[in-house]
Amino acid sequence: MKSMVDNPAEIRAGYDIIIEEIPLRSRVLDLGCGDGVLLHTLQRIKMIDGYGVELSAEGVSVCLEKGLYCYQGDIDDGLADYKSNSFDYVILNQTLQSTKKPEYVLAEIMRIGKNAIISFPNFGYYRIRMQLLLKGTMPKNRLLPYEWYESPNIHLLTIRDFRRYCRGRGYPVKRERHFNVGDGGVSLPSVAASNLFAQYGMFILDGEKYSGLS
Amino acid sequence: MKTNGILELPDDSVGIVQTEYYTFAAPPEEMRLVSGRMLGPVTLAYETYGKLNGRRSNAVLLLHALSGSAHAAGFNSADDLYPGWWDLYVGPGKTFDTNKYFIICSNVIGGCTGSTGPASIDPGAGSEYGLSFPIVTIQDMVNAQYRLVRHLGIERLLAVAGGSMGGMQALQWCISYPDMVASAIPIATSASLSAQGIAFNEVGRQAIFRDPNWKGGDYYGKTKPEAGLGLARMIGHITYMSERLMHEKFGRRLQNADLFGFNFESEFMVESYLHHQGIKFVNRFDANSYLYITKAIDYFDLKADYGSLAAAFEKVTADFLIISYTSDWLYPSEQSREIVRALRAGGIHVGYTEIESDTGHDTFLLDDRQTQRNISNFLRSQFEKHG
Repeated sequence: MKSMVDNPAEIRAGYDIIIEEIPLRSRVLDLGCGDGVLLHTLQRIKMIDGYGVELSAEGVSVCLEKGLYCYQGDIDDGLADYKSNSFDYVILNQTLQSTKKPEYVLAEIMRIGKNAIISFPNFGYYRIRMQLLLKGTMPKNRLLPYEWYESPNIHLLTIRDFRRYCRGRGYPVKRERHFNVGDGGVSLPSVAASNLFAQYGMFILDGEKYSGLS
Repeated sequence: MKTNGILELPDDSVGIVQTEYYTFAAPPEEMRLVSGRMLGPVTLAYETYGKLNGRRSNAVLLLHALSGSAHAAGFNSADDLYPGWWDLYVGPGKTFDTNKYFIICSNVIGGCTGSTGPASIDPGAGSEYGLSFPIVTIQDMVNAQYRLVRHLGIERLLAVAGGSMGGMQALQWCISYPDMVASAIPIATSASLSAQGIAFNEVGRQAIFRDPNWKGGDYYGKTKPEAGLGLARMIGHITYMSERLMHEKFGRRLQNADLFGFNFESEFMVESYLHHQGIKFVNRFDANSYLYITKAIDYFDLKADYGSLAAAFEKVTADFLIISYTSDWLYPSEQSREIVRALRAGGIHVGYTEIESDTGHDTFLLDDRQTQRNISNFLRSQFEKHG
């Protein structure tokens, strides 16, 4: 998996929505926390108790610089030791598409988080579709900035894919907050036909309710 | 420029330091050891660097590994050629910044550089303890350090930090005295030594036992079991390095010749290096101490002592920074991750990083920039939080 620290611009996507979503003093786990900017901001603005998991040693070092507690490891393993419902929020921001075992990761997130925030680049976005249709090449743009041979994104998906997946697995969706990134990195809510017009999908899932059901 | 009389000392050296001594547990108030045996009086050799602040909130306890001592930094005298064992990390502006923190380091009980150990005089017998010295455990070492820390007027340590056996003590501190430790930095360590580690320790001990000069541990004032201790150190040294480091440092190069001599003189550079390490060690270390301390390391097992790691950490409140090294095969990263997982599951704040290194287990003693950077940042934020 490519280091998330390399590409800060892309992973800032949706930070403002996530910050808005998370209540004061929540216990938050950020999977793939990169350089820790999101956790650090949440700590400052929302006084959260933050925990991070990051694959790269450099990411962990930068997190330590910010006073964050970050575990160097792969999120594809090592979530099993967390107790059920032990976090108010588990964040998987722009990381789902690069996990090796997305099904496992999602199942663990639903178990350990009372709430889950899952956000990913939407492969159904019309410009991505157009690039594939008209140019006949793998899409490469601001959302997906990699060549096919170097891309860490091995499980690309659309908003519709994820909605179906949640329905199939019985994961309760609290809210969908799909968005586009405007000037200066501000998130603009997608109002209609999101699977076609939203650059990013964002789902807020109810892990506590799911744990109660299962 | 500071000077120690012979060498010009760099500005980031703590300079000349005096080892101090604290004696407690005089009979009939002897210290009860984990084994049930009583020990007293107990002396701990210790050094301190930097100043304790008004709130007494900047104290950091450094915990040494198998062959370490109280002398962590600076020089003990004007003609002292070697600085303390963690001098690369302790000093003004260094990782453990003596401008900000009050650093304490003591020699473990069972040791041989000033603290009570098998080479000390047993007041009951009027001669050296030798093998009549009781077996000590990591817990006993920590309990003795606790007495010292309280003696120094410190109620809560900002951090406990150490590598290898020092990391074991750091873990034990958080468990034994949870209210006294704000944070812990266990490096290249384990919650229990592996069978492989015990095996190497046992070979080292056997080397000492089989030295005819060892005489059941009763060699004080006579010829010391230097061959046995030197061999134990050579074996140990192999385990502290990585295959890659040995290859890069020595390769198959010969020491003094271009061609093989076709005899059993030591020819390869790696052989000379090990011999040198062995000889250097016997001049400063006591063979019986080596036996006692390796035994303490072998006995350390948090899972067995408390039922499980989760149970061991149940009352722990400290924040952790755990560091392991990719090339450390004596205390492999997986053993650090096991600790991290148990702490995480208990909801404890833990930072963990596996640092890319070619230098094996001993990396934490070397000038490793990543180790220094991570510890220094972690300490800074802990001081902001607790200080």
